[in-house]
Amino acid sequence: MKDETIDITLNGEQRAVPRDASLLDLLQSLELDPRAVVVEHNRAIVRRPALGRVKVAAGDAIELVHFVGGG
Amino acid sequence: MTTAVDLARSTPLAIGGRTFHSRLMVGTGKYRDNDTMRRAIEASGAEIVTVAVRRVDLDRTKAEGILHHLDPKRYFLLANTAGCSTPEDAVRYARLAREAGFNEFVKLEVIGDQETLLPDVQGLLEAAAALVKEGFQVLAYTNEDLVTALRLEDAGCAAVMPLASPIGSGLGLLNPYHVRLIKRRLRVPVIVDAGVGTASDACVTMEQGVDGLLMNTALAAARDPVAMAHAMRLAVEAGRAAYLAGRMPKREVAVPSSPLEGMLD
Repeated sequence: MKDETIDITLNGEQRAVPRDASLLDLLQSLELDPRAVVVEHNRAIVRRPALGRVKVAAGDAIELVHFVGGG
Repeated sequence: MTTAVDLARSTPLAIGGRTFHSRLMVGTGKYRDNDTMRRAIEASGAEIVTVAVRRVDLDRTKAEGILHHLDPKRYFLLANTAGCSTPEDAVRYARLAREAGFNEFVKLEVIGDQETLLPDVQGLLEAAAALVKEGFQVLAYTNEDLVTALRLEDAGCAAVMPLASPIGSGLGLLNPYHVRLIKRRLRVPVIVDAGVGTASDACVTMEQGVDGLLMNTALAAARDPVAMAHAMRLAVEAGRAAYLAGRMPKREVAVPSSPLEGMLD
């Protein structure tokens, strides 16, 4: 029987996420608005319209970034 | 007759094909709270406001994104690459910032030394060339070195941003001669970035003839950031107007202001 979750690195931390989840699913599970974050998947930026199509695989490195205060 | 005051207020600042009316640009870091930041930015009259790119806090224990507190329709958001110490990192951050979808401008920082936060000139030039090739409008934070400034212009930067003094130091304009020299020799706008501490610093900096001034800590770390933002707005306007007015020559001896004729015997 297949594991139901896979391990990924999300913003530098190990996380277990459901197998076959898309990047959009991941954002939704984190209650993040896709319009308010930029997603980098294994060092490549994934544009918003593609977030639902890109599946997360075991060992993927994902960064979720946004704008914060800075000079 | 058009006065220097009219000129200072009405001549827009053109950077990378866009025009701006305020020559004061402000950062959004280090404010004690978001409401103070919002009111300080409003008091500064700035149109260009800098932001940084960072990881979303997944546990929601730290601050939320800056866009909860800043209307991107009202302000022109200039993303920086602060914290980056290699050209590769700076390019990565710039791409992420552009993807956020506001504009193609980036304030490029490639830091070479952690104590002084002085730029890594070689890395800066590499990153600038790479980003220009990708269609970015690059505003390059650099030291007050003419040759580096010229190389950045040659690389296609939209503006060059020499420092007044190290980031967050509040030491004011340490090298007016070199900043003036850079302004005289470059065709692209010269925006002094970092180091001003109070209104007189801002005024003296603008009196060198530079096109604009970017600051963050001078407002955020003032006892009253909103009042300081107001002071800085006036100082930048005053400095620009004084530059356009053309100051009197300096003399080592006194010259009387009142007539010598007509004195009593």
